[in-house]
Amino acid sequence: MTRAVGYAADPRIRFAEWLPWLAAVAGFFLLPEYLPLGARILTYVLFALSLDLILGYAGIITLGHSAFFGLGAYVAGILAAKLGVTDPLLLLLAAACAAGALGIATGAVILRTHGLTQLMLTLAIAAVCLEIAHKATSITGGADGLSGITIAPIFGAFKFDLYGRTAYLWCLALLFAGWWVTRKMIYSPFGATLCGIRENSVRMHAIGVPVYRRLLTAYTISAMLAGLAGALLAETNQFVGLNVLGFEPSGELMVMLILGGVGRLYGAFVGPLVYLIAQDFLAKQFPEYWYFGIGLMLVVVVLFARGGILGIADRIVARARKYV
Amino acid sequence: MSALLETRDLCKSFGALRVAENISFHLEAGARHALIGPNGAGKTTFVNMLTGLLPPSSGLILLGGEDITGLAQAARVKRGIGRTFQINTLFRDMSVLDNVALGVAERRGMAARVWHPASRYHDVREEALGLLETLGLAEDSGKRVVDLPYGKQRLVEIAIALGLKLRVLLLDEPAAGVPALESGMILQVLDRLPGEIAVLIIEHDMDVVFRFAQRITVLVEGTVLCEGTPPEIAGDARVQRVYLGERYG
Repeated sequence: MTRAVGYAADPRIRFAEWLPWLAAVAGFFLLPEYLPLGARILTYVLFALSLDLILGYAGIITLGHSAFFGLGAYVAGILAAKLGVTDPLLLLLAAACAAGALGIATGAVILRTHGLTQLMLTLAIAAVCLEIAHKATSITGGADGLSGITIAPIFGAFKFDLYGRTAYLWCLALLFAGWWVTRKMIYSPFGATLCGIRENSVRMHAIGVPVYRRLLTAYTISAMLAGLAGALLAETNQFVGLNVLGFEPSGELMVMLILGGVGRLYGAFVGPLVYLIAQDFLAKQFPEYWYFGIGLMLVVVVLFARGGILGIADRIVARARKYV
Repeated sequence: MSALLETRDLCKSFGALRVAENISFHLEAGARHALIGPNGAGKTTFVNMLTGLLPPSSGLILLGGEDITGLAQAARVKRGIGRTFQINTLFRDMSVLDNVALGVAERRGMAARVWHPASRYHDVREEALGLLETLGLAEDSGKRVVDLPYGKQRLVEIAIALGLKLRVLLLDEPAAGVPALESGMILQVLDRLPGEIAVLIIEHDMDVVFRFAQRITVLVEGTVLCEGTPPEIAGDARVQRVYLGERYG
């Protein structure tokens, strides 16, 4: 069962909620050769967290979330490569604002629709963004990608190094901030309202809730977080390719979240971790068939483990308690 | 005295099908009014127009003299008119407390706050708990709605509506589907509804109607057949014909 939020929920951070952070810090010291992969995982956790807010809590089904991630990445990349803005914090801010603006504009349309129509619209928006990035070669680099991104040291002091140490810690710090804000929101009255809309939007209208406005707020915040994650990717990779946009990264993100567990905050941590490590491992061992392994994993989770990996963990804990 | 809720010549048609025709209706503050009629008479359509779920084809809806015909559902609730549902429309996986607290928080204007945890808003929780207590649901406040027996779920419907501090409460078949053993519980709650609220009840169960209502409106094929006190309606030959089916015989 997902953890209850709402008016009787205890909002204090429990011990288990510190574990991912302890693991991330431990990883920094124990696995120095994997820091670039680690930074990538942390970035995708932030991205998945942004999707969990709208999919898991507000119940908005979208296959177009990469639009915000990609826009964030391109805004940060273009500002750095073409306009000489190199301050990493400024780039993140600009990316989040741009993604938020796109979130309001597209949310204003798609949130008036439901079900399949909504899904198709999100897909269309992602496709349009991909096509624009593809065609506007003079700005985005098109299919060749956007290179030549230089990033100044963080706060003028911490340079992005070759081993990915700074990148890892930078991603970790921003993920922590994103997690903290998202968690606060989920436990707030606003979060309870979102859950109410997910559970029963008809009833929410009938108790006087301006459903559309609340969804638009959530959608915009989620878009900003996704844009932030995109910009992080641009800063740490110093390259932006077309693969950040379109259906594929959106679908991949949803697979990660489903794998981890939807609507439970920490599913967004577990999903990308497992997915990206499996991808890294399988791509090295079976370069031709690595997608098969990912597919198999997803089939197993969907068939046997509703609620994702964390759902399995819950059941194991519940069963263990019975015997103790 | 001007009516708290008034409709003037309310009409609704779906294509050629006219489901409401010139319904003019009054509800005074504190009224206990029942709307009855055979299946398909347009009762639910009428309620849906009152709450803003369906826009009327023509006509006016006035609440306390203010024209609310064009307002969205949420805006009408804020002005004091709301409903319960015939089929339970609850937040099934949420606790009973949260079911009520969501509405209370919205009414108090703090449901969009994002910073402090919801559990920090003690007055919302106290108010919701107080309501549950008056309905005899205090012990169930922490349970999920799906785990409650059906009759108690119907009470949660009413509790949510009461949390909105409405001036006009529309009860759409509050006892529908409730086993006879539990329906007494619902009737008791209806009897204890705050006196100042105007209540319009839609109900098929004539025992409930005649026990609860001071006035009754009979709706047939989208038009008002007649209106009166319960004895008047019971003695009305037209109503008897409608209900005994001679009209079609």
